Amino acid sequence: MITLLLIFFPLLAALLLLMVKGEQVKKIALGAAIIEFVISIFALTQFQYNANVQFEASYAWIRSLGITFHVGMDGISLLLVLLTTFLVPIIILTSFNTNYKNPAIFYSLILSMQMALIGVFVSLDGFLFYVFWELALIPIYFICLLWGGEDRAKITFKFFIYTLAGSLLMLLGLIYLYQHTEGTHSFNIDALYKAGQSLDAVHQGYVFVALFMAFAIKMPIFPFHTWQPDTYTTAPTTGTMLLSGIMLKMGTYGLIRWLLPVVPLGLDHWGNTAIILSVIGIVYASCIAIAQKDFKRLIAYSSIAHVGLISAGILAANVQGMQGAMVQMLSHGVNVVGLFFIVDIIQQRTGKRDFVSLGGIRNVNPQFAVLFLIVLLGSVALPLTNGFIGEFLLLNGLYQYSSWLAALAGLSVILGAVYMLRSYQSIMLGETNAVTSTFAPLSGNEKTVLVILCAAIIGFGIYPKPLLDIAEPAVTKLVEGVQTALGR
Amino acid sequence: MSAIQTVPLNWYLLLSTVLFTIGVLGVLFRRNAIIIFMSIELMLNAVNLLLVAFSSYLSDAKGQVFVFFIMAVAAAEVAVGLAILMMVYRNTKSSDINILNKLKW
Amino acid sequence: MIKLVWLVPLLPLIGFLIIGLFGKKLSKGLVSIIGCGSILAAFAISLGIFFELIGQAEKSITIDLFSWISAGKLSIPFSFLIDPLSSLFLLIITGIGFLIHLYSTGYMSHDEGFSRFFAYLNLFIFFMLLLVLGSNYLIMFVGWEGVGLCSYLLIGFWFKNTAYNNAAKKAFVMNRIGDLGFLLGIILIYVTFGSIGYHDVFLIAKNFTSGNPALTAITLLLFVGAIGKSAQLPLYTWLPDAMAGPTPVSALIHAATMVTAGIYMIARSNILFTLAPLSMEIVAIVGVCTALFAATIGLAQNDIKKVLAYSTVSQLGFMFLALGVGAYTGAVFHVMTHAFFKALLFLGAGSVIHAMSGAQDIREMGGLKKYLPITQITFLLGTLAIVGFPGFSGFFSKDEILANAFEHNKLLWFFGILAAAMTTFYMFRLYFLTFTGNFRGTKHQLDHLHESPKSMTIPLMVLAGLSVVGGLVGIPAVLGGTHFLEEFLKPVFEDSSFRLIHHLSHETEYILMGVAVAVMAIALYYAHKIYVKNKTLPVAEGEELQPLHKLVYKKYFVDELYDNMITQPLNFISNALHKVVDNQLVDGIVNGIGTSVNWTSSKIRLVQTGNIGFYIFVMVISIVLILFTSMM
Repeated sequence: MITLLLIFFPLLAALLLLMVKGEQVKKIALGAAIIEFVISIFALTQFQYNANVQFEASYAWIRSLGITFHVGMDGISLLLVLLTTFLVPIIILTSFNTNYKNPAIFYSLILSMQMALIGVFVSLDGFLFYVFWELALIPIYFICLLWGGEDRAKITFKFFIYTLAGSLLMLLGLIYLYQHTEGTHSFNIDALYKAGQSLDAVHQGYVFVALFMAFAIKMPIFPFHTWQPDTYTTAPTTGTMLLSGIMLKMGTYGLIRWLLPVVPLGLDHWGNTAIILSVIGIVYASCIAIAQKDFKRLIAYSSIAHVGLISAGILAANVQGMQGAMVQMLSHGVNVVGLFFIVDIIQQRTGKRDFVSLGGIRNVNPQFAVLFLIVLLGSVALPLTNGFIGEFLLLNGLYQYSSWLAALAGLSVILGAVYMLRSYQSIMLGETNAVTSTFAPLSGNEKTVLVILCAAIIGFGIYPKPLLDIAEPAVTKLVEGVQTALGR
Repeated sequence: MSAIQTVPLNWYLLLSTVLFTIGVLGVLFRRNAIIIFMSIELMLNAVNLLLVAFSSYLSDAKGQVFVFFIMAVAAAEVAVGLAILMMVYRNTKSSDINILNKLKW
Repeated sequence: MIKLVWLVPLLPLIGFLIIGLFGKKLSKGLVSIIGCGSILAAFAISLGIFFELIGQAEKSITIDLFSWISAGKLSIPFSFLIDPLSSLFLLIITGIGFLIHLYSTGYMSHDEGFSRFFAYLNLFIFFMLLLVLGSNYLIMFVGWEGVGLCSYLLIGFWFKNTAYNNAAKKAFVMNRIGDLGFLLGIILIYVTFGSIGYHDVFLIAKNFTSGNPALTAITLLLFVGAIGKSAQLPLYTWLPDAMAGPTPVSALIHAATMVTAGIYMIARSNILFTLAPLSMEIVAIVGVCTALFAATIGLAQNDIKKVLAYSTVSQLGFMFLALGVGAYTGAVFHVMTHAFFKALLFLGAGSVIHAMSGAQDIREMGGLKKYLPITQITFLLGTLAIVGFPGFSGFFSKDEILANAFEHNKLLWFFGILAAAMTTFYMFRLYFLTFTGNFRGTKHQLDHLHESPKSMTIPLMVLAGLSVVGGLVGIPAVLGGTHFLEEFLKPVFEDSSFRLIHHLSHETEYILMGVAVAVMAIALYYAHKIYVKNKTLPVAEGEELQPLHKLVYKKYFVDELYDNMITQPLNFISNALHKVVDNQLVDGIVNGIGTSVNWTSSKIRLVQTGNIGFYIFVMVISIVLILFTSMM
């Protein structure tokens, strides 16, 4: 029941929001998002720390095709649902700074996006997963198209077509699996797992490629990433946060739930290629980030680097890598939302976000400087911040797969420090100039958001155990399954 | 034995084939919209003729019911089609279909 | 007391939180009291721990706090290890840390960032304590990166100055290069031993054969970390630049504590290193090269803090030389004595800079003896200690290192003694140019010359005392001592002791000592002759230098080399990847697919002529074809 509530409450709120007029819209949207968060916290209190799927609900949907409305959560899903319900209110709160046109539609789109995202994370039916997957694309498309910046039509179009093409490959893969399910065909996750695992290695490889492409485009992994920097830069900051903070995790979640356990033998043929692409992406994107002059675009590239490490850790298919990926997904969500919010704050006040015209903000607003620094440290994975836990586990997992790739991926430790400190220096340090000397103090909302995010960054850096414990049983079970299939 | 069966079935087949072919060729080769329109009607009626013939020979009334439907629909179609043709003529002062080549990308 | 060890890092952390969060609202006096008080309390507890440890038989106590990270078989507790090594470092860190805090209350009293400074310092002490207290490598790594962060914050303390910010960034990035090596080393330790706790790792490692490739790889990776943090060749260039920070920072972080973290790490992992002879050789060679290389640069520098910085690099090289030849106790001993006299020298330099209204160039000083008597005397004592004047602390620790080096390899000893001679020369050059002769600064500076306040001179005096007598804990047997330190640290280095057996006869040791003293005396004589008798001054800025002199003065152009070899190419590659590979190639292919679809459809659309007759014709033909094929 609670899973259904989690899915449909935001939808209900989104529909109701359309009827509201005026300034209340923001507050109602925030209220709805907070209620949703409370619901998910309630789910957490009811959660039993084992590997089973809990809060399950299943209804016949399209009976003749073996499609059911089947949802439920295990630890992995629950963590991502928590991430979503935690970040959406934060994201809504960050948007209070800006006065978007047609707020009712805007916030309604955000909440319907939340519904689709949660749907993706809790679906236990291949078809349902696909439906939610595509559903999530629609609100973000309109958010980017209607409220985006310069050249938005072209860039949003590219983003839409690119991800849609990926989704089609995924649909192809799912249908292929469906055709191989036993008896009267079914899209149920267990049936699909069975079908996938019964294929021979070569055919598992085909399915692997089809599914991986879809997820790789969504995350994105090098070389399927070129839609991302433009889209992140052009989208309204709220949209960018949704894209990078949560939507990106659809791809990594897909790897964990809908790729590795479905076609484990695919790893034999294609795992190496996929990991190498991920690792190339890490170094490549980090290098490009160094060359950026626009802070928002720099964060976009740094996000490619981070997600590359997550993907490599997952594909290494061991407990450390997978657990690292789980933690890092949450950390990355928190950190990247923080960073984009910082960009937004700077842009709101100065109208700029390029390094050349900024500088010296620390002189005027030391409080902001401290909060920015904490978010930045989380992003460069300094120990005792959340980023470090994930990065250490991921590198550890990757190292067990290949020491050289781990060393290469580790270069992000150095390069990340280079581009992040460079940005911090050129934005915050030095003398003020005409643009930055009148930098206004943080408003209450801004302070609230940044303080919450910083608390999460440090809190989970010092004591990550609650997060690790939620996912541990499910991850262990999943990894054992994959390793048994691989004969490792 | 009805009046229809006084003529052998083959003759009906032959006649309707000829009528249908005239209709097709008319549609293909004439450029005047009204002629094309009439050719289409000719094809319809060729089929109608065939339906009635078969219906009678097979003692099955369904075929004749169909024909009534086709005539009704054809009448409606003619009403719409002629209205379109009227508009086309008013706008182009011609009923030549080769003028109507704007329907492309 | 040992049970209360968690208080030791917690107190500075609380100090940091209070000062950091409410610093603006507190008075300077209160900030000083919280800042210094928390460290003093930590020092008191450390002292208690130290004596409790001496008094009891159990020398290695682990205190578990909570479970930190666990994933599968990997389980890392947040726990502390108390043993002689960590308790000694606790004393050094909190003791020297307290003195430098005290000094800072005077030195920084006019700075607008007073409370921020103390917040950073307290945070630094917290991380440094974590570094030495952790019972596994990851906690050490936490402290390791944490002190790096504090170092970054403190080097760039005056953040309006771009050069300082660049220095801070450089320090952080160079440290990160080492940190990556360290991190990979930790992971390899986990992969090899299935644990990263010191206790488990060393227990298993003991059974490995000497020269095991895994151990060699681990130790080399760890050493990369040490190179970064302890400023060895080739990653030393950040340390001289780090002098951009306030002087107490240079004393605390970049001389006494943080930069010795690398030595702590290797001393802690002594078993691993002992079983990897190849790594040991590399450590020794890198150490001696750094000692010599940095000493030559120190000969020609004119900035009082830069001279001390290169001296620090050089002294750290000595410590690595000691580690490399297996003299772990010697290395730790030198860490301790070096912490005393180098902190003293930096604080003395700070006192001079304070008096000189911020000037740091020794060409503008001279004759300060008259105006800064306490500073002068303590500085002289520090100088005597660092050059190894018999009886001073540096004499014993340096002698121990050189004797061990001699035993291991005569060449190492020779280079070591050469570096020691240069040390003597540049330190006395510094001393003579600063304190003797006539004042060469401006009139304005002369009017302002004054001895520093009590809060600054008291730490100087305490440290001077320690620099003089600090060596007494390690008087070697040959001079009739018992070497208390060696006895104390024995449990830590016990398992590595098989490698180091003393062969040297007493006669040889006397000769070595004699040679060291003689070399020092010669260098001292030349320094005196050049800078006091002949009153030679370093050439002024802008004058043409001898090629060799210029090479040394310009620090062998290493910064320029790195800039040309690493920074520029990296920027170039980044730009090329961005503009060419990403925008043209990868995105080009993506856009190319879109364009090709557009192109194809533009051709296919020609079929749509718009001619109705044509459409109907196609339709009829198609129907006929379909009928025809379906009948076949």
